Amino acid sequence: MQWEIVIGLEIHAQLTTASKIFSGSATTFGAEPNTQASLVDLGMPGTLPVLNAQAVRNAVKFGLAIDAEIGMTNVFARKNYFYPDLPKGYQTSQMDHPIVGKGYLDITLEDGTVKRVGVTRAHLEEDAGKSLHEDFHGMSGIDLNRAGTPLLEIVSEPDMRSAKEAVAYAKTIHSLVRYLGICDGNMAEGSLRCDCNVSVRPKGQTEFGTRCEIKNVNSFRFIEKAINTEVQRQIELIEDGGKVVQETRLYDPNKDETRSMRSKEEANDYRYFPCPDLLPVVLEPSFIEEVRGELPELPQQKRERFESQFGLSTYDASVLSASRELADYFEQVQQTCGDAKLAANWVMGELSSLLNKEGLEIEQSPVSAAQLGGMILRIKDNTISGKIAKMVFEALAAGEGDSADEIIEAKGLKQVTDSGAIEAMLDEVLAANAAQVEQYRASDEAKRGKMFGFFVGQAMKASKGKANPQQVNDLLRKKLEG
Amino acid sequence: MSLDRTDVEKIAHLARIALSEDDIPATTAKLSGILELIDKMQAVDTSAVAPLAHPLETTQRLRADEVTESNQREAYQAIAPATEAGLYLVPKVIE
Amino acid sequence: MHEKTLAELSQALQNKTLSSVELTQHYLKRIEQLDGSLNSYITVTAESALEQAAAADARIAAGNAGPLTGIPLAHKDLFCTQGQRTSCGSKMLDNFISPYESTVTQRFLDAGAVSLGKTNLDEFAMGSSTESSFYGPTRNPWDTDRVPGGSSGGSAAAVAGRLCVAATGTDTGGSIRQPAGFTALTGLKPTYGRVSRWGMVAYASSLDQGGPMARTAEDCALMLQVMAGFDAKDSTSVEQPVPDYSASLSDSLKGLRIGLPKEYFAAGLDAATSDAISAAVKQFQALGAEVREISLPNAELAIPAYYVIAPAEASSNLSRFDGVRFGYRCDHPADLTDLYKRSRAEGFGAEVKRRIMVGTYALSAGYYDAYYLKAQKIRRLIKNDFMAAYEQVDVILCPTSPTPAFKIGEKIDDPVSLYLTDIYTITANLAGVPGIALPAGFANGLPLGMQLLGPYFSEARLLNIAHQYQQVTDWHQRAPAGY
Repeated sequence: MQWEIVIGLEIHAQLTTASKIFSGSATTFGAEPNTQASLVDLGMPGTLPVLNAQAVRNAVKFGLAIDAEIGMTNVFARKNYFYPDLPKGYQTSQMDHPIVGKGYLDITLEDGTVKRVGVTRAHLEEDAGKSLHEDFHGMSGIDLNRAGTPLLEIVSEPDMRSAKEAVAYAKTIHSLVRYLGICDGNMAEGSLRCDCNVSVRPKGQTEFGTRCEIKNVNSFRFIEKAINTEVQRQIELIEDGGKVVQETRLYDPNKDETRSMRSKEEANDYRYFPCPDLLPVVLEPSFIEEVRGELPELPQQKRERFESQFGLSTYDASVLSASRELADYFEQVQQTCGDAKLAANWVMGELSSLLNKEGLEIEQSPVSAAQLGGMILRIKDNTISGKIAKMVFEALAAGEGDSADEIIEAKGLKQVTDSGAIEAMLDEVLAANAAQVEQYRASDEAKRGKMFGFFVGQAMKASKGKANPQQVNDLLRKKLEG
Repeated sequence: MSLDRTDVEKIAHLARIALSEDDIPATTAKLSGILELIDKMQAVDTSAVAPLAHPLETTQRLRADEVTESNQREAYQAIAPATEAGLYLVPKVIE
Repeated sequence: MHEKTLAELSQALQNKTLSSVELTQHYLKRIEQLDGSLNSYITVTAESALEQAAAADARIAAGNAGPLTGIPLAHKDLFCTQGQRTSCGSKMLDNFISPYESTVTQRFLDAGAVSLGKTNLDEFAMGSSTESSFYGPTRNPWDTDRVPGGSSGGSAAAVAGRLCVAATGTDTGGSIRQPAGFTALTGLKPTYGRVSRWGMVAYASSLDQGGPMARTAEDCALMLQVMAGFDAKDSTSVEQPVPDYSASLSDSLKGLRIGLPKEYFAAGLDAATSDAISAAVKQFQALGAEVREISLPNAELAIPAYYVIAPAEASSNLSRFDGVRFGYRCDHPADLTDLYKRSRAEGFGAEVKRRIMVGTYALSAGYYDAYYLKAQKIRRLIKNDFMAAYEQVDVILCPTSPTPAFKIGEKIDDPVSLYLTDIYTITANLAGVPGIALPAGFANGLPLGMQLLGPYFSEARLLNIAHQYQQVTDWHQRAPAGY
């Protein structure tokens, strides 16, 4: 049977604020346990929450960026359940009236096609603490530093049809929140966490199959693997005559499998109700306009501009606009050298593979945008050839000089364009290969084509790559034919 | 609305309150009595009425995003039942 | 000394005819002698009280004292006081030394008031008789076989027994006004949001409000002046200027329109209380007020709605008591669930557990609409009743409870009959309006209470009306025999 995969994601983005959503505790990552847990965060009797304005602003920014309805009156509710990392016995979240309503995101797939994914809602809530499972005499340790960190939970429609689409969506969200400056996107530190709702149905069926929720998948690679593993499990289960049970599952990357989370298995009855300690949040239209004015150019707008302004392909434009830092780098290279296509080729080619190999982010690139742009200028004015440029680039990366010009000068890589000099060099090459020259002259057109390459190779070798290749070609042809 | 034993056991579990076998009949009877009192609400038609969560119907004030709290772990953990290495200890959490 | 009111003692302290240390010692001695039978205090903080008194005397000598400087007060043990046990009348918090100070008690500290200690209450303020406290019942100084009302019964008994000058209380469904009525005190529940709830351990967040309990309206005005005001730490605190509550006490009542809700004078009301209110009506008329009948048509729905909303909020508010970060923890928990279930079963008393369970049920899947949402809708109907009434009248006059103080143990096994005693007080909490309770007479030696309810932020007017009444009556001047 042909199966269709249906995926919806719930992404929790930690909002970048100095203090927590309902208290004045710091949100810094990695502090000593419980040193950033205040009276409010600990749920001390008699304490009360007061909402952080920056969390609200960040959420609205996101809403505007996905063209969503903004909840002009949004309401906090309590989600009640007992867990040691949840100090008050309830999580303050939003239920019926979230701050961000329906919106959408356009994602670019690997083949360059663009797909629109619906965002059902995004709501503000507080994060929980952490349970540490190291053994304290058979006990667990609870660190509440993270409790109360502001989260934006972004819920998608079940619009994705493959693990790759899910990853593309997650990457798009990741890129967007970083563009907006509302989340640092650091997945290793849990700043962006993903729950995947996965189900399968026979192709052509309209109603959804029973879904499972895979909790807390914390890298793009694991999102893809976890979904594929879970899809496989569900299909095998159904094909063996079984039934998928709606449940929460955990992905184990070591075993590459998902397993049921028994602790969450009990029939959950969260008893949501409006939080009586917080009043409805009412947003003024003037505030919305103020936030709209603060929005930076967004990835999609940037991509479209790269296409129209620079004539880049959709794929190139979307790769280069995926992160604000990469896009800024590219634009700086482009401005320095005045050639968008060459700039794009070098950023996506040599530079990307260098960064990949070294495991570096674009901000840490050993070759600055000014250096790369300066080097491309030398390609354009024929000072160096593309081949020599690769050598210059490597030298820049190795820190052998401050600029391409300096390296070209120091290493004597300047291209030879003096036709007299080239002719002299060619004469030497032809004299040294007199037998081949005779052979060439005796051959027909087809054979000559192949042999011509041999002479070019010899000539470039003799010039140590510095002779202008076009001139070498032209002059060589003239001499051989002559 | 009168409750039965299963209802009471379920509620007690949701509320994380241990109920002994001996407590169940009396608890069931008393809770049923309270629900009977509460059920008098059902006599009035409220279909056209909007719920009221806060008496004054004012709106939420927002706090400036500033760190105002400093580390008070020692003071706060002085009243905790069990701590070690700055952590609150609980029976093993199984996920 | 203890015969004097707060206003009189304040004068004596300012005139230096009396020192705060003398006064504080006097009250500490009375507590030692008399509280054994009343059990109005859970904790007496003699040492810090005397330090505060000495500091107050110095402040008076330095000439920067306020009206409350040096006055020995007591606080309901629901207000967190730093470095002191804040028990909420519960075994759950018997070992809870608060790491911080509530806004209300901080304001009294800033005003230079002396705190004698923390008063008894129904566990977590859930009750109407102060019998459900882990520390045993408090007794009514007017008849020690009877309850002082609740949940602020410890504060009521302490003020009525002259074991402090005045006290703080909290009122979620009548917990200031009903005990004031049972003990011949004046007690005020302010408008919701007028007094900060920071550090006041929550029972039902949308209903709870702290307020003063004292012998006279004049004293309540002085107390409220300290308590009231905006607090950035409480989102439900209201940013409204605080008027000078003492300034308008002497205003005339000429032209005041008083409404008597007909629903509150129907069957079930004790005859003596009814007569006392009729007599009070005549007094108010003599003072220039016009009295007319009004209607609060949905009043009878208040008790059912309250006993959904308050327990629902409580069930969530009290989830933090889980034996992990503070408070009682059971011995040798087998696992996490056992830790929760036994800590809560052993740490909470019967009434608290009942309300948590009722609230849990009212919010649970399948019952939310029929119970919680329905109750919130009725809450709006009740608020609308008040708003309509205040179109016709300035204030509403009614009893504080259907009967005078009942006997200890009389209703303890019948929660529903206890709930019904809140019938006249609960509506003000649901609507969030202020109310002041004051003595209106006596029957068989027991105080009879009445209350005046006003529109939002009408505290100054309510204090003025009560004060004017107290200028022409002497119920508030009577003291229980032996105190």
